[in-house]
Amino acid sequence: MIKHDIVIVGSGLAGMRAALEVCEDLDVAILSKVYPTRSHSGAAQGGIAASLGNSESDSWEEHLYDTIKGGDFLCDQDAVEEYVKAAPRVIYELEHFGCVFSRTPDGKIAQRSFGGHSKPRACFSADRTGHAILHALHEPLLKRSKSIKIYSEWFMHSLILDGDSCHGVVVSDIRSGVVEVIQAKAVIFATGGYGRVFNITSNAFASTADGVMAAYNAGLPLEDAEFVQYHPSGLYRQGILFSEAARGEGGYLLNGKGERFMEKYAPSRMELAPRDIVARAEQSEIDAGLGVDGKDIIHLDLRHLGKTRIMERLPQIRQLGIDFIGVDCVTDPLPIQPTAHYSMGGIPTDKFGQVIKDIDGTPVKGFFAAGECSCVSVHGANRLGTNSLLDAVVFGERAGRAALEYAKNINHASINESHEKTNVLELFENVFQREGKESYNDIRNEMKVIMTENCGVFRDEHRLTVCIETIKKLKERYKRGKITDKGKLFNTEIYEILELGNMLGMAEIIAVGALNRKESRGGHSRTDYPKRDDENFLMHSFIYKTDNGMEIKYKPVIITKHQPTERTY
Amino acid sequence: MITFKIKRYNPEKQAESYFEEFKLDDTDDLTLLDCLNKIKWTLDGSLTYRMSCRSAICGSCAVKANGHAILACQKQASHLVKDNDTITLEPLGNMKPIKDLAVDFKPFWDKINQVSPYLQPEKKTPEKERKQLPEQFKLIDDASTCIMCGACYSDCNVLEVDDNFLGPAALAKAQRFVQDSRDEKTLERVRKLSMPGGIWDCTHCGECVERCPKPAEPFDRIKEIMTVALEQGVTSNNGARHALSFTKSVKSSGSLNENIIPVESQGFFNFKGLFDLLPVGLRMLFKGKNPPIFHKSIDEVEDIKRIYKELGE
Repeated sequence: MIKHDIVIVGSGLAGMRAALEVCEDLDVAILSKVYPTRSHSGAAQGGIAASLGNSESDSWEEHLYDTIKGGDFLCDQDAVEEYVKAAPRVIYELEHFGCVFSRTPDGKIAQRSFGGHSKPRACFSADRTGHAILHALHEPLLKRSKSIKIYSEWFMHSLILDGDSCHGVVVSDIRSGVVEVIQAKAVIFATGGYGRVFNITSNAFASTADGVMAAYNAGLPLEDAEFVQYHPSGLYRQGILFSEAARGEGGYLLNGKGERFMEKYAPSRMELAPRDIVARAEQSEIDAGLGVDGKDIIHLDLRHLGKTRIMERLPQIRQLGIDFIGVDCVTDPLPIQPTAHYSMGGIPTDKFGQVIKDIDGTPVKGFFAAGECSCVSVHGANRLGTNSLLDAVVFGERAGRAALEYAKNINHASINESHEKTNVLELFENVFQREGKESYNDIRNEMKVIMTENCGVFRDEHRLTVCIETIKKLKERYKRGKITDKGKLFNTEIYEILELGNMLGMAEIIAVGALNRKESRGGHSRTDYPKRDDENFLMHSFIYKTDNGMEIKYKPVIITKHQPTERTY
Repeated sequence: MITFKIKRYNPEKQAESYFEEFKLDDTDDLTLLDCLNKIKWTLDGSLTYRMSCRSAICGSCAVKANGHAILACQKQASHLVKDNDTITLEPLGNMKPIKDLAVDFKPFWDKINQVSPYLQPEKKTPEKERKQLPEQFKLIDDASTCIMCGACYSDCNVLEVDDNFLGPAALAKAQRFVQDSRDEKTLERVRKLSMPGGIWDCTHCGECVERCPKPAEPFDRIKEIMTVALEQGVTSNNGARHALSFTKSVKSSGSLNENIIPVESQGFFNFKGLFDLLPVGLRMLFKGKNPPIFHKSIDEVEDIKRIYKELGE
């Protein structure tokens, strides 16, 4: 059995920030399915929000209101307030770590405009901000390598919960297939999102719901799972991301007729309305047959920005266009479509990163979560661009701090190692022994297609019901799959199968949450309930696993300063 | 149809590697990574390689295609096809294969760790950001695009013969701190980087620039560190002395004085170093390959001097 004071699962921004918070005082381990610098935080492009006021006067109050309005009033406002207040400090701290930021002529951190933000608030490093911050956190981690043990290419299977307390995780080494128990005084999940359940997604292959499902399978609820953000600018068919910064820098969205259609949907903010609104506008144009060449294509037009500005501010995007579709955005518009991008929902936590197990806020001792896998909720029903990197850093720090405070004065609890290990070993054996005819690849593809088509930008009761039925059937077929690689050494096939199992579970939870939320709010848009319904649904959903299937409870939103109003842009 | 000739290796089953061919139809618009996935998901689930972001930012999926390291997600398969519609895939070089196309990155990361890959600023932390002008940002912009994919490390010609060389990625990472206006340890860094295994062991072949999938282009960064090292007066090492002697010789005569450069590179008082040169020198002499004893300037030497003058040297 491996023993650490604190184990952090996930090595993106949230996980690494948490590690830096605890490593001075306690022995900490970080576990990652990949190598830390390969985490999906690195794919974030456009920026990280903070009201530094470096290019225009700004305040946390404005950041607060923009975030709450952007989230369609489903954010817990007490948490948002602490989060936006912390923003400038954590940005300066990243800068002190060495983060490479683009600069203003007088040497301050440069800031640009982003969707739903009323001020230019996005601090950035050209169009690879996530990558810059990921490395800026990885670097001090290397400096402290004596007190932080990194387990690269390890997979987390399950959470060890005993009543109300958490004592560790069951993991395995992907390279050797060896199953181990890591005993810890506190566990922090920073496992990211689950965009891979969708067909068109910007997410990495690694974003497969392993963390959230481990929490759910341990009996904990998932909050607001129905809220998935569709990013307006995914590359046509591939879904990979073209940063919102392209619009922040002045890019246009054009339909098949060459019209800047955002005029119809958000006349004051145009292309810089929040993502849910822009994605819906695009999908509406496409559904009305107004896509480019009648296909599911919208044009992102940057030509008027000129080569110099594109090369200075959006070089990576230009290269992506050239490499992936042979389109140079200096001379031609980029073909895009909405792409599943971010999960607003996740493992419920309080504003300190402490995981809670019910709508009364009862803590799960020793279990913390931060970043995309968690739901604080600061993003409500729709996250604003550049608020996710901020979320990961602010709540990574807070979860680290809370875990440290909890763990420093207690001893390791006793756990039944062989029992915990056996469950996972049996799971492996079960998958290896299956001699079914079903192709896991077909199951995965069918799940992704039904999720994008029936649980995508627009949803309704019929489509969601079909979606849930389909997923249930896929879950049955999943039990009858067949594996080719039965070896232990670096068996990526079996891990993909385990990930698919997690994704099927998550897909159903998303769809069930969506079916039960009979209103339209933020990223969740029901054509059969097109209005927001504050009377019945100004609440967070908590979905639990029970012996009789799923159970949903609702928790009121915390409102402090801003009463819900109609949301127009 | 494209044939993928893939080097397979699974020591659990057999000790030797071998090539296996897979054929795929409908590969239009597919990246090489899409093709690998198609093979894994429809033909052979045991095919092993790394991947994650599929948008050329995580650095997981570098492999050798037709002998050169590339990022699988960044290239269209159809652009890589060679004779007979074939693409040959092998694991990255200069690292040990673990299984199929996955290699052990440990030496790569160990070398990154050797260059103190973190900012070492002055002790006093300002309340807000440290100022850095856009032109100062520009000096570290390219190096900071490195995604640690290992393509340069794989194809580095020096690493192939010298395990001790830090390699292009680690040196590019080093440049990002050497030239960071916020870092206080410039001198200390360039001193360390001028030691054996460092910048002067690069043979300037430029292979890493060809292989880099990002603007990080390590050799250009290595040259930048060299410049800083010389500016900082870190010249008491063979590499720096060689560069300076080279420059001096060209400046004074328009060509290389091959008698003087080796001596100046070793240093006049480096008796052991000079002694080491003797056998080579003698062999050259016996074979009649020694340069003329009296070095002559080229006819256009004044033009050369003018170039130096205009460059402000």
